[in-house]
Amino acid sequence: MIAEAGLACLWLAASLSLLQLLAGGFALAGRGAGLAAIVRPVAVLQGVLVALAFVALIWLFLRTDLSVKLVAMNSHSDKPFLYKFAGTWGNHEGSMLLWVTIMGLSGGFIAWLEKRLRGDTMIATLAAQAFVSLGFYAFLLFSSNPFERLPSPVPEGQGLNPLLQDPGLAFHPPTLYIGYVGLSVAFSFAVGALVTRNVGPVFAKAMRPWVLGAWIFLTLGITAGSYWAYYELGWGGWWFWDPVENASLMPWLAATALLHSVSVLATRGALRAWTIMLAVVAFSMSMVGTFLVRSGILTSVHAFAVDPERGSFILALLAIYIGGALALFALRASTIKEGARFNFLSREGALVLNNVLLVSILGIVLIGTLYPLLTEAMGTKVSVGPPYFNPVGAIFALPMVAAMMVGPLLRWRRDNGAKVFNLLVLPVLVVAAALALVLVFADGIGLLPLLGLILAAGLAVASLLPLWGRNLRRTPLNIYGMVLAHLGIAVALFGMAAESAFNREVLVAANVGDQHAVGPYIVRLDGIEPVVGPNWTALQANMTAVLKDGGEVATLHSQSRNFVSPPTTTSEAALKTDWNGQLYAVLGEENADGRWQLRLWWKPFVPFIWYGGILIGLGGLLALIGRTARDIRRRRHDMQDGMEEAVAA
Amino acid sequence: MSNWKLWLPLGLFALFFAIAAGALFWPKDDTISSKMVGKPLPEFALPQAVPDRPGVAKSDFTAGEPRLLNIFASWCVPCIAEAPQLQKLADAGAKIEGVAIRDTPQDIAAFLTRNGNPYTHIGSDKLSALQLNIGSSGVPETFVIDGKGIITYQHIGDIRERDVPMLLEKLEDAR
Repeated sequence: MIAEAGLACLWLAASLSLLQLLAGGFALAGRGAGLAAIVRPVAVLQGVLVALAFVALIWLFLRTDLSVKLVAMNSHSDKPFLYKFAGTWGNHEGSMLLWVTIMGLSGGFIAWLEKRLRGDTMIATLAAQAFVSLGFYAFLLFSSNPFERLPSPVPEGQGLNPLLQDPGLAFHPPTLYIGYVGLSVAFSFAVGALVTRNVGPVFAKAMRPWVLGAWIFLTLGITAGSYWAYYELGWGGWWFWDPVENASLMPWLAATALLHSVSVLATRGALRAWTIMLAVVAFSMSMVGTFLVRSGILTSVHAFAVDPERGSFILALLAIYIGGALALFALRASTIKEGARFNFLSREGALVLNNVLLVSILGIVLIGTLYPLLTEAMGTKVSVGPPYFNPVGAIFALPMVAAMMVGPLLRWRRDNGAKVFNLLVLPVLVVAAALALVLVFADGIGLLPLLGLILAAGLAVASLLPLWGRNLRRTPLNIYGMVLAHLGIAVALFGMAAESAFNREVLVAANVGDQHAVGPYIVRLDGIEPVVGPNWTALQANMTAVLKDGGEVATLHSQSRNFVSPPTTTSEAALKTDWNGQLYAVLGEENADGRWQLRLWWKPFVPFIWYGGILIGLGGLLALIGRTARDIRRRRHDMQDGMEEAVAA
Repeated sequence: MSNWKLWLPLGLFALFFAIAAGALFWPKDDTISSKMVGKPLPEFALPQAVPDRPGVAKSDFTAGEPRLLNIFASWCVPCIAEAPQLQKLADAGAKIEGVAIRDTPQDIAAFLTRNGNPYTHIGSDKLSALQLNIGSSGVPETFVIDGKGIITYQHIGDIRERDVPMLLEKLEDAR
């Protein structure tokens, strides 16, 4: 019953999105004034129904209803509760349902809450949102029905990929999805503004919280995903330039650029066409990412169920939406009014530079990701990895960090070079001091880590300078948000550079009782013992880590886990986190002579990468709260004014 | 901005579309050539898995006639999907030896009752020992073995409809 009810909700939601599109379209074409009035309520109802369908699927997974094919293929009755729950979206169909659910809910929220935007632009936006949803509804209903029943129930489910049975999975994909799909809202706003020729500050202000929200979720999702890959895959790396990782990075880069250009549009009315373009590009990158991951045309460590039919479907949707939006852009962009002018040495100028650099990095990642496809068409197989991405990306990323030191200190429109120069004395001194320190204490590290370290030091100081001379109590929350986010970049950059410069690794075959030194620690293998978990068994290495200069003792337990359903082995790294780094230990196989393979790393300051990511996300959150609070205050003010006027009349 | 520049993004997107569609519709050569092809089967003798079929040993594959070695399990859903194709192969005269991985006699019997039994022998590989020794990493997998016990082909994943003629051909080639 629940599966059928869920499917019914999904069909109803799909029909409502068709109604939303048609009513919006006809209303815009000037036929039927009554139609305009139903667009908002229909959008809200659509959101509610698709959310109900998603709740139904969660329910089926929690009950482990093995008559439903998707549950039978991906769940198992003795899986822990959290993973039954998270298993709902740990598969293709469930994650696509999550996708349309977020789309439907955000459409509903815009319809409910957004009041500033001109009426026709609003209707065009909701119609665009419905149009995009419709494609994904069709995808779900015709090719990926999550509620499909099996002819007869199976006795037991297949289980969830054990790599995914991790608390990280419960939150990482939905977080990223909210980010990806949040960008669909920016896309719909852009299309709505283009259709109704209404690109201006009001549109930018309406779009900004959605971009900011999506960006926060993308930031946190990428951070969580990176940490998950780091501790769960047991390779000790935190970023692999894997196509699926790039698929999440590209929308983030586009969204970061959009976030900055939308500020220029909202505040100064400039960068109109460019902002529209970025909004389209940002959502394109979400869809391109989804396409690359699901179609299986690229080889990735992320084993998604791969199916060419799904790939063709997503590619067709891409062609319709992105191709359509870009064609609309080409036709309409010349009618967009040119915005306010500005000097190069101004806040706008710095933001344009930021945008150019971010988009360049985006281009580099996109080319690197697609390059294997191109060469394969010509008959050679290549894989593109860190030797390309790291240096080529850094050519643009490091100047961007330098620009980030200056940009926030500049005034809008034009600024005075001498003043900026004075402000920059402090960060430049810090960079010089950091350079001296590195050369004295860590001579011989690579050029990129060196630049990363000294720029991180400079940026950390420069990011705080916008607060210089301000009354800290009266400083708006969004300024704190910006400061925190930029500081987060400095913190993450420091972590990345320190890890790559000072990482220590040892691979040993150890007898029980052997001691091995890594970084500041000496690690002793105390024993190997079997342990039993809820749905796995494991061999556990018990180790003791002692600091070389005496003091602090810690015990480490790394496991090699065997899951029964499906049969898979995963390695659980043991981590010991200190303020200045992390000790990372992985248990490998047993050698023929009875010794155990151990892989030990000392990774100085590596957690700073994720601390930085969290700071960036928190900065976004502060900005979002600050802006929203201000909007609410203004709206209340307007309403009071309106009421006073009404009373006076 | 002059007008042609405005069409540039659409042009770039069209380029991406062409590459992506190309990669999608002219599938790449994703054959993973097995390291085991050309190698002899290791020595093994697996015990009986169900009462009505004998167990499997290497000697079953050295009698002169090419055979298929199918790795399956009752807990494996793709194995249910490939059962009809195995039956077709058996109907076409192929001799199929089954190896049940990490399974119990009751579950195997139930599986065979539900999905048919195309096997001449079925061995029980409780610890995946044979599976690992012949370089199989998942279930199901199917090996073509010539009459002298040499592996001539390894098929990874379930056998689809389109694979049936191909496997029959491989069996013929192994003669």
